[in-house]
Amino acid sequence: MYRYDEYDQSIVDARVEEFRDQVERRLSGALTEDQFKPLRLMNGLYLQLHAYMLRVAVPYGTLDSRQMRMLGHIARKYDRGYGHFTTRQNIQYNWIKLADAPDILAELATVQMHAIQTSGNCIRNISSDQFAGAAADEVADPRPWAELLRQWSTFHPEFTYLPRKFKIAVIAADEDRAAMRLHDIGIQLLTRDGVLGAKIFVGGGMGRTPMIAHEVKDFITADHLMSYLEACLRVYNRYGRRDNIYKARIKILLHEIGVDAYREQVEAEFAAIRDLGIDPPLAELERITAMFTGPDFASDAPDTVDRADPDFAVWLDQNVAAHKQPGHAIVTISLKPIGGIPGDASADQIDLVADLAERYGHDELRVTHAQNIVLPHVRKADLYVIWTALRDAGLAEANLDLISDIIACPGLDYCSLANARSIPLAQKIGERFAGRQRELGELKLKISGCINACGHHHAGHIGILGVDKKGTENYQLLLGGSGAEDVSLGKITGPGFDEDGVVDAIERVTDRYVALREADERFLDTYRRVGMQPFKEAIYG
Amino acid sequence: MVDPITVNTNAGETLLRFRDDVVHDEPAVTLDAFLGQTNATAVRLEAGDDARELLEHLGQIALVEISFPTFRDGRGYSAARILREAGFEGELRAAGDVLVDQIPHMRRCGFDSFAPEKPVDAATLTKLLALYPQPYQKAADARVPVWKLRHG
Ligand code: HEM
Ligand code: SF4
Repeated sequence: MYRYDEYDQSIVDARVEEFRDQVERRLSGALTEDQFKPLRLMNGLYLQLHAYMLRVAVPYGTLDSRQMRMLGHIARKYDRGYGHFTTRQNIQYNWIKLADAPDILAELATVQMHAIQTSGNCIRNISSDQFAGAAADEVADPRPWAELLRQWSTFHPEFTYLPRKFKIAVIAADEDRAAMRLHDIGIQLLTRDGVLGAKIFVGGGMGRTPMIAHEVKDFITADHLMSYLEACLRVYNRYGRRDNIYKARIKILLHEIGVDAYREQVEAEFAAIRDLGIDPPLAELERITAMFTGPDFASDAPDTVDRADPDFAVWLDQNVAAHKQPGHAIVTISLKPIGGIPGDASADQIDLVADLAERYGHDELRVTHAQNIVLPHVRKADLYVIWTALRDAGLAEANLDLISDIIACPGLDYCSLANARSIPLAQKIGERFAGRQRELGELKLKISGCINACGHHHAGHIGILGVDKKGTENYQLLLGGSGAEDVSLGKITGPGFDEDGVVDAIERVTDRYVALREADERFLDTYRRVGMQPFKEAIYG
Repeated sequence: MVDPITVNTNAGETLLRFRDDVVHDEPAVTLDAFLGQTNATAVRLEAGDDARELLEHLGQIALVEISFPTFRDGRGYSAARILREAGFEGELRAAGDVLVDQIPHMRRCGFDSFAPEKPVDAATLTKLLALYPQPYQKAADARVPVWKLRHG
């Protein structure tokens, strides 16, 4: 894992001081709310329906047990005893007092954490594959590159007042576990002629106009990554639309001028800046990479698991993935208990997970974009004790990638922009399908409470969008989206439903799927094979 | 220069300058006017103007003023860097809705003079400018990025 040196620490400490000063100026009236807003947003502080919400960065979703415990401590001391893990691998707290925010940042800084650029029209937290460093299919660990990007983007002087927020994801495997192509910039590491480099995709995003990122550069080596990305960002900063916030994302710029014109402008900009010394030397990437060599795995760890306990065996098959090291495994801890709030974790659960990581998991944890937690490096021999501890804490739901592993935005319960509630709907769906979800197999369901698409509904195998219909909450159903390597955008089935109606409609869709499926086909594959029509007939008769 | 010198121009503006040469007193002309007449030495760029159009004339320009219609409009940061990257050494002025918390970043992008619409508190600015010990990136100022400090 990355460890701060004195430079990193002094920058994060300075940020705490700066924000303390800004909050004091706001509380004294020296700053108006309008002037304070962009400043607090760059520290992840939003004003929601009931209180301030603070979003804390978990860079590329990686943290250790000490950092995890700090997240629990903050939940206990400054919030109502829980936190909410987000689709960008961060955590947010919903009940924060403005006057406490500087102290929270100061506490975070003691464990090398911060809330820098977790909101605002700047480069946001860099996200990555939650299985990085553990997956057998990666060409390299993507996180050293993500850390390089974190440093480069932190307080970037030119790109702090972009037309709109800017999200970057880095992966290093063909299987895309980070929704890379739904980011403003998606980076995929690959090797060419033995050299590690990056393929750059630009212009993905969700929101009201979802788009899949286009390939803009087929290969760029590490020694020119920063200058190339500066060129990408500069073209956007200069020519992205600023007249309408709904058209301000980079995806709209690419859509309006075309990917070829965008690429040409980037190349011209790149030619002008590539030799100006913007790129750090390769020694810097090497310095960072050395901190990600990973734990010393026991080479003699037994590779078999006792499956005698049937409940454990179910969890093992659903939530445990193959590790690159024999005798080891990757555990995904579901934060989606049936009837719970997707992504929420109590301070006690956070502490427990931290303890497990410390005792059994080489002190590493990950947050996933599907709002779950991962123990990336555990011995197979320890799986049963881990499962037992999780079960006792209500954290052993065996539903990874099943229909109840729902991504849901905060919706009308918290969000002032919402048309409809997301959380109660997620709870109803979980309860309705709990008994037969395994029979339905992989089925990613995602809910957004309005067109802003925080809940990734465009990328759900089944997506649900909350709309306002003459003052009542209404839900549209979408089918066929995917955020993975087979990325696609869902299509609306037809007229919307009320809350119970949409749950019924999903049941008719899944019944039809079971009737139509061939062999082990996933719902998404059946949909792609037969198209929308049979499902429309099932829903609307 | 670490602390700015405050000057009042003939036009009644208050300027914060990080340069000790005399204030250029020729009025700045628009980009169109500049490109149409060859002897102007001061130009004002609106946020949407292309700074690159000035590049072949930099030798004759003493002052470029870049307008910030609202503090949210960040185009001027790129314009400033483009001019500095091309070797412009004259005065680079940020004018308009410029907030005190933005000035440190603007300094890094190459601005060395500021004409904020609303007055800027000098004590706050001094504090902010000294706050960050070192930056992570190389930009248009002389500050040494962390990676350079790490690797020499
Ligand atoms: C409750 C307060 C929230 C508000 C007011 C809010 C607002 C918004 C808005 C306005 C957008 C559209 C941005 C655009 O298209 O330019 C957006 C997108 C998004 N938000 Fe939120 N959001 C909130 C909470 C969340 C939470 C809790 C999460 C994570 C669980 C989240 C994750 C996202 C994501 C992933 C997107 C889509 C990014 C994209 O378009 O590529 N938001 N949000
Ligand atoms: S999708 Fe809409 S309702 Fe849900 S959190 Fe985002 S802005 Fe709020």
